[in-house]
Amino acid sequence: MSFASHDSATKQSAGQAITAEEIGASGATAPEDVARYALWLGDDALMLAQRLGWWIARAPELEEDIALANIALDLLGHARFFLTYAGTAWGKTEDDLAYFRDEEEFRSCRLVEQENGDFGQTIARQLIFSYYQYELYRRLVDSSDATLAAIADKALKEVQYHQDHASQWILRLGLGTEESKRRVQDGLDYMWPYVDELFHDDELIDALEGIAVRPSTLRADFDRRIAEILGEAGLEVPGIPGAWGGDRSGEFSEQRGHILAEMQVLARQHPGATW
Amino acid sequence: MTPHDHGAEAPPAGLAVRPADPAAARVWDVATTVNDPEIPVLSVADLGILRDARVEDGRAVVVITPTYSGCPAMGTITEDLERALHAAGWADVRVDLVLQPAWTTDWMTPEGRAKLEEYGIAPPTGRAAAGPVRLGLAVKCPRCHSLNTREMTRFGSTACKALHVCNECLEPFDYFKVH
Repeated sequence: MSFASHDSATKQSAGQAITAEEIGASGATAPEDVARYALWLGDDALMLAQRLGWWIARAPELEEDIALANIALDLLGHARFFLTYAGTAWGKTEDDLAYFRDEEEFRSCRLVEQENGDFGQTIARQLIFSYYQYELYRRLVDSSDATLAAIADKALKEVQYHQDHASQWILRLGLGTEESKRRVQDGLDYMWPYVDELFHDDELIDALEGIAVRPSTLRADFDRRIAEILGEAGLEVPGIPGAWGGDRSGEFSEQRGHILAEMQVLARQHPGATW
Repeated sequence: MTPHDHGAEAPPAGLAVRPADPAAARVWDVATTVNDPEIPVLSVADLGILRDARVEDGRAVVVITPTYSGCPAMGTITEDLERALHAAGWADVRVDLVLQPAWTTDWMTPEGRAKLEEYGIAPPTGRAAAGPVRLGLAVKCPRCHSLNTREMTRFGSTACKALHVCNECLEPFDYFKVH
């Protein structure tokens, strides 16, 4: 089979002289375990893109509508690359995976599924996730899997913008008014139970030595950098323990079904529809 | 990778150049007639997203790289490239998308930068750095050329642009971000 769907604008290859067809011909479809890992990363990006899209026309200022839409679009791009690659293992397209899987088949972390809440809560989630994702992609560029490395290399530059965006808002809200500070701190407290999950070493990771990044190895840098930025913003690192369950096991947050209902309804009611 | 001409002005590392092989160069030349649908004054070569062109068993192959992962223009550019090559006589055409090395604004040509400015979009300032930089270089207003400008939002009308405003002529303008 070919490397990617021919209907897709994201038929892609790892880079240099490797073309999609060469990868297809060499039989380098994603091995099962690599595909499962790509699904983690793709589902995280997809869910967060869907969440952030909600802010379009609702953000506190016009520029912010556009900023969150831009970030959502980057994440959607990452999701499309990862899901396209994952799909090669099972003969599925990115659309099959995004629109025709049920709740229990997604592998996203619970953090990205959490409610947008107010703007402070959304920015708290952006800070946590973009700092985590930066540490992850920074290391994934060295993956021995050429496609994962290439996607990370491309995505890393964008995540730097997302990180910068979240940092600037955290500073502005933290050092703004008493009200903005209270609300962004509440947002951090709300999101904090879902932080531990990001750094949990699932059994899948053991099978992917040199390919996947071991999540626990990202924790120290994440904690240090988050403490730095929150300190600068006059905010507290929440001391809230992690929520039970979750991980990548298919145990998911109650919000996931609602997200999928909105995201999948069109594709499911009109299968095969095109613009 | 095509060897670079290390003259006085060595091109930035990773910059793609017109292939020496005549057949491949013909494919390249047709590809360079395709413009970015969102910034129609720039060709795919000006932008630096055209990575390679070659002929394989009579099939024209063009390799492009996305500016940003979610860039919606990539689909249109792919179709435009296929259409241009068909029109130029190639029955069999393929467009590949590569992710690595990741695109950088360093690959934008000097002509591309000049066209951007003339079009009213400030071209990227300086070179892309490895890692985050908190210090920004001044962005010149493409209208009155003042350096007294400020960033309104880093995320503009498309993923690759930021919205700035000129403090002198008060005109808002797009800035093509260093990436």
